[in-house]
Amino acid sequence: MRYVVTPQDVTDNQRPLVGGKAFALAMMWRKGIRVPDWLCITTTAYGEYLSATGLGARIGLELNRKRFEDMRWEEIWDASLRIRNMFLKTPVPGTLEQKMRAYLDEAFMGKSVAVRSSAPGEDSSHMSFAGLHESYINVQGTESIVEHIRLVWASLWSDRALLYRKELGLDIRRSTMAVVVQELVPGERSGIIFTVNPTNHGQSVVEAVHGLNQGLVDGTIEPDRWFLDRETGAIVSHAAAQREMWIVPSPSGISLEKLPPRRAKWPPLKAGDLKKVFGLGRLSEKVFEVPQDMEWCFRQHLLFALQSRPITTSSDTGGADQRPWYLSLHRSFENLKALRRKIEEEIIPGMERDGTTMSHVDLRGLTDSDLAAEIERREKLLEDWKDTYTRDCIPFAHGMRLFGQVYNDMVKPADPFEFMDLLRSDGLAGLDRNRILQQLASQIRRDGRLKKDLEQRVYRQEQSCFWQRVDNLIARFGAGGLTGIEDESDKQRWRIVTLLLEMASQEASGERGNIRSGGRSEDFLKLFNPEKQLFAADLLDLGRASYRLRDDDNIALGRVESEVSRGLDEGRARIKAKVPAGVEEFNGGEIVKALRRAGYVLAVKEPAQETTIKSGFKIKARQIVGQPAGPGIATGKARVILDDDKLFDFKAGEVLVCDAIDPNMTFVVPLAAAIVERRGGMLIHGAIIAREYGIPCVTGIPGATELISTGDQITVDGYLGIVVIG
Amino acid sequence: MCGPLDRIGEKGPSPDDDLKGRLKDLLASVKLAVLATRMGEQPYTNLVAFASTVDLRYLLFATTRATRKFSNLSDQPLVSLLVDNRSNDVSDFREAVAVTATGRAGELGASMCQEMRNLYLEKHPYLEEFIASPSCVFVSVEVDVYYVVKRFQNVTELHLKP
Repeated sequence: MRYVVTPQDVTDNQRPLVGGKAFALAMMWRKGIRVPDWLCITTTAYGEYLSATGLGARIGLELNRKRFEDMRWEEIWDASLRIRNMFLKTPVPGTLEQKMRAYLDEAFMGKSVAVRSSAPGEDSSHMSFAGLHESYINVQGTESIVEHIRLVWASLWSDRALLYRKELGLDIRRSTMAVVVQELVPGERSGIIFTVNPTNHGQSVVEAVHGLNQGLVDGTIEPDRWFLDRETGAIVSHAAAQREMWIVPSPSGISLEKLPPRRAKWPPLKAGDLKKVFGLGRLSEKVFEVPQDMEWCFRQHLLFALQSRPITTSSDTGGADQRPWYLSLHRSFENLKALRRKIEEEIIPGMERDGTTMSHVDLRGLTDSDLAAEIERREKLLEDWKDTYTRDCIPFAHGMRLFGQVYNDMVKPADPFEFMDLLRSDGLAGLDRNRILQQLASQIRRDGRLKKDLEQRVYRQEQSCFWQRVDNLIARFGAGGLTGIEDESDKQRWRIVTLLLEMASQEASGERGNIRSGGRSEDFLKLFNPEKQLFAADLLDLGRASYRLRDDDNIALGRVESEVSRGLDEGRARIKAKVPAGVEEFNGGEIVKALRRAGYVLAVKEPAQETTIKSGFKIKARQIVGQPAGPGIATGKARVILDDDKLFDFKAGEVLVCDAIDPNMTFVVPLAAAIVERRGGMLIHGAIIAREYGIPCVTGIPGATELISTGDQITVDGYLGIVVIG
Repeated sequence: MCGPLDRIGEKGPSPDDDLKGRLKDLLASVKLAVLATRMGEQPYTNLVAFASTVDLRYLLFATTRATRKFSNLSDQPLVSLLVDNRSNDVSDFREAVAVTATGRAGELGASMCQEMRNLYLEKHPYLEEFIASPSCVFVSVEVDVYYVVKRFQNVTELHLKP
């Protein structure tokens, strides 16, 4: 069993044993290219770790909850976090660890190393996993190296790596991972070379930064960039960077620091150095016989090759390589801070401004043609905001995950989502609204006369204070806050009263309906060394913002959506006369055409054929597995909500079953015994709210609203993510 | 029920050490058993991941509280389990061994014997999260008799109680 191999051990047929990165290092080492000392922990060692600890089977159970193809990206995130926690909590078994330690002690005693992934199949000319698996820089001491090897193994199951495999159609069950442990050469100047510029094949590209090259690779630091003539190496052009920061080794790994002014004045490479880098790139290309994407560094004027891989171009993956998007989901701390500012200062105010502006438009006063233009304008606006939401708001959710990862690394908790207790905030707009509803319900509960009057639909002047509070609630949260309410204000009021009476019928105390208190931030911060506490506090603050904004951006987008719906409803009302039935089915495009052209005939859709099971067998779901999104177990009658309007029928103690809870629906959550949601994820809105209220919640149940019917007795096991029907 | 396993072992009869040895090997090597319970008058079967104590007296498995099997065995604790090593091949008729165990099932409560839990996890380490869940029930079946079937029709009984 080869658990560890050294450069001289690697033979030509051992790529599956050592992975692409180690194999390339071995090839360069053989040809005399200067590479830092390294050894490889083989895929056999990884396999032994999985099998001896039972971890392989546990990963299988985690990923088999449902078909991988059916998992949403957020569910994959969650599965990945759970798997990572399994690696964190599962030590390397004694025999394997002893064998690894023997090699590591001999090669790296007293030295700093980089621990890098080297998965077979990684870095071929057909696909690139660059950046999808983890690398750790400046790791010291054998124990710490072994711990980081586990983290690199875990990164084989990172969400971005899983997503990329899913896209490439690779079998994730056959994934394996070798690890390169390489002496850290603290480069004074570092960078990359593309021996062929992907956009101009007559050129090579060199990028360079001062310090270590991690900042360049993850996009934190802007590099100086040179385009060189591919044949001669002559400089074609040089784009200088604003040199402000650099990455340097620090006691706890690496840190981003201000670049000293004397260095900032000069590009990282002079002409002679550039020539050496160009020569190294060409040599590497000769060794591998295909154009190379190589990382290098200078240390005391010696040039080292750190790694080399074939250039993968988008044309190799059919031109639809989504890797950059997956990578964009993991933002650096600095990047996330900038994103937060953008969301708080530009995006949410922008959505709110557009929502308010649209709400002031008197749609009934518009001509048909103007209404058609207004509908188009609104739909375009919504489309733009949705793009912004996908581009900026969704990646900002990574703030929670970044915090969660640091928390799990420090605490190694049994529940990998324990970190969410620390992220809770009182500032969620939805919770604010629910609190007001609870206060009003409490007032009804205390005042028997008021309760009786409301039940009999009697309005009394002396109860104007209560009615004023109801009106304030409607004014503050509007149709965006309590969807499904029709225009007539009196109807609006009585529907809220129906809900309040239901809430008032419940006992006032108990866990349900009361928001659980969050974890203690001081306890978390104390886990860090004093010099790291400021960073930890900043990260916690970012995590909390990410948690809060997941609610606020949804509510703001929901407001824009409800204004688009208002426009469409007005359009439908006008063309209703032309189409006797089914007008609700028409989309914006059809409505606009019908408004613009008097004689336009709307294409009536054929009703969908119902599938009849001719065999006469009755098929019924009994137990369905989803994701455990809120701990607890509860049994109750199901209330399936397909239409927000039906939320007002919700009875206390029922189980809320729906496609996806949005922030505008959460006012019934305090009444629910449990929640079942088709959309999967731990950090989606329904799950967050369920945890806030301590209500059992299972998400990611495919076909939840079809398989479960209103009135079914169901048991929701929020610990294991199981729903039992009947 | 939750006494130390070595003491439980001392009490058991040993009619056939060879049979017991083979039985132990089979119970250790097979991961899943068929559990039969009664749903009213109707027999009802499930696959369960099981483990056995070294003295063969107890078979252990885990399930969740909301399942039919748990509801059934709560109403009717007399159950049986089938463990076999068939390979779904014609050779099974001469080579497969099937064992039916009959006994009484019961929930191991909050003061669950840590030793039994460890024993179970040793065989099924991947079920650690499952059995740690508050909604999970750890069940032991105190076995009365093992019926061992070999070579198609050869049946031997191993009685654990006098």
